[in-house]
Amino acid sequence: MTDGAETAVEVRGLSRTFGTFVAVDAIDLRIRKGEIFGFLGPNGAGKSTTIRMLCGLLMPTAGSGTVGGCDILTQSESIKKRIGYMSQKFSLYDDLTVEENIAFFGGVYQVAKAKKGTRKAWVLEMAGLAEERAALTRTLAKGFKQRLALGCAILHEPPLLFLDEPTSGVDPLSRRKFWSLIRELADGGTTIFVTTHYMEEADYCDRLALIYRGRIIAEGTPTELRQRHMKREILEIETDSTIGALEVLLASGIDCAVFGSTLHCTVEDAAASDRTIRRLLDTSAITVDRMERVMPSLEDVFVTLIEVS
Amino acid sequence: MRDLAKEKAVDEKAIKISGLTKAFGAHTAVDHIDLEVGRGELFGLVGPDGAGKTTVMRLLTAIMTPDSGEAWIAGESVLDRPERIKERIGYMSQQFGLYEDLTVMENIRFYADLYGVAHRERPARVDRLLAFSNLGPFRDRLAGNLSGGMKQKLGLTCALIHTPEILFLDEPTGGVDPVSRRDLWRILYDLLREGVTIFVSTAYLDEAERCTRIGLIHRGGLLVTGEPRKVRHMLPFPMIEVLSPYSRRARDAAAAVEGVRGVVVYGDRLHLSLEKGVIADEVLAALASRGITVTGQRTILPSLEDVFIALVTGSEAGMTAGQER
Repeated sequence: MTDGAETAVEVRGLSRTFGTFVAVDAIDLRIRKGEIFGFLGPNGAGKSTTIRMLCGLLMPTAGSGTVGGCDILTQSESIKKRIGYMSQKFSLYDDLTVEENIAFFGGVYQVAKAKKGTRKAWVLEMAGLAEERAALTRTLAKGFKQRLALGCAILHEPPLLFLDEPTSGVDPLSRRKFWSLIRELADGGTTIFVTTHYMEEADYCDRLALIYRGRIIAEGTPTELRQRHMKREILEIETDSTIGALEVLLASGIDCAVFGSTLHCTVEDAAASDRTIRRLLDTSAITVDRMERVMPSLEDVFVTLIEVS
Repeated sequence: MRDLAKEKAVDEKAIKISGLTKAFGAHTAVDHIDLEVGRGELFGLVGPDGAGKTTVMRLLTAIMTPDSGEAWIAGESVLDRPERIKERIGYMSQQFGLYEDLTVMENIRFYADLYGVAHRERPARVDRLLAFSNLGPFRDRLAGNLSGGMKQKLGLTCALIHTPEILFLDEPTGGVDPVSRRDLWRILYDLLREGVTIFVSTAYLDEAERCTRIGLIHRGGLLVTGEPRKVRHMLPFPMIEVLSPYSRRARDAAAAVEGVRGVVVYGDRLHLSLEKGVIADEVLAALASRGITVTGQRTILPSLEDVFIALVTGSEAGMTAGQER
């Protein structure tokens, strides 16, 4: 590797089969230190199997690599001490108080006695729970629970943090706060590995990889993926008859789908299609109120990639 | 001769809600909601977990009785005619309401019995729904062995077996992957073309853009209703997206520029919301003078998330909360 950045995770040819089923098929990944890396893919694509191998919970069938400088084949115990893991279920004990949860996870992660006090204070401050330290965890709002779970997952200051759909169901304001905390951690050198189905979360990442049928089918920054993999352009059209316009355009062989109160047409050349579409709709006495080219969403990009592979 | 009864039915709103309120102990889950949904709309009730979405669903589907207020579904009162309403609506709960130890066909048959679908009508309807949902090849599979996306489609099939006029879907895409999610929306749009009114809830603001009209719900109350695009146009301040190789410096510099209200970092992009009347070029010049490399910029429409946050944090000058059409 020659781009100068330190490497946090590097695996080559990583594979895992279960009987005849190839869950992960010779993937290569390299994640830089301090990077927020998003790992996306539909259910059953190989996401969880990959994470379990990276966390030292599952032996690969083939391949090699390092996580936090430790060999995934021979040093899985050291890897477990160097990672933090937070799942969408937050895995806190609801019937313990905030402080008791912090103390419990401090024990699990073997935080040094001398450090326990300062780490606890840091979590309470970060999560905004200093006043609520004696409250039962079950009484906390979801956004606070999420930040407490994050704090507990990183009590031992791991250099690498795994997040599994971390903001599922959390309110938008808490989600923004959460990502701003994650960005702070990354700025401080923590490497973040996030899995999610939700493109709202993917957009916060520095770099993304998409896994499908056990293989990495695309990789890059969110902007690169939008530009590189979306060769076709999207026209958003607002008319006085969404369904009417849909029927007309579909009948003319234009790739067209309803999107809210508008239509999204996927075309080779937006400028040329603009004229064609206007003519078609005009002939059918449908009024076009607005037609403009829109940026594909990451979801558009991924669904397109999955459909062609 | 004019069929007055039929005309009346067409004129009626699919859903009419007036002052709907429901409390659980000291917690007011739904707080004086007023709303109308017309026939043929795909209405999205959008808000985070705990905002009151599921309670609204249960009140509208006459599973639960309100403390005060009233709602009419296809003209029938939820208070007076709950049984009549259940015949005219389809409802899919978050768990999809499936029996995991029954097969796909057994689940469908169970719901057909429950809704009293005539036996002679069943084969045609079942074939059509299975074609619709692509579940044909899986008729004999146990529901418990289906993927999340297929369970969701089976739940929908069961909710549609009695050809309801109005379909209620409570967070149908929770935990479902993007490909299955897109399939579901295709099915919903097909239903819309056939004239079914759809009332769907979601916690995901990007997904909300797929609805023809939305209501943002927070702490049991509606913050705003309107077409997604119009709601996005509500904020009085402009937003720009700046492409810049990320560094803490770029973010800090942007936050320090006069006229910048807020900065959100997305990987390789920064979203800056500007004070009313501030010109994007001035902000970009200020960034350049602080040595920040900008590789691209464009004006963007605030996202629904931006609007939600602005409404919740409140009191944006000139912002009109409330009904918006």
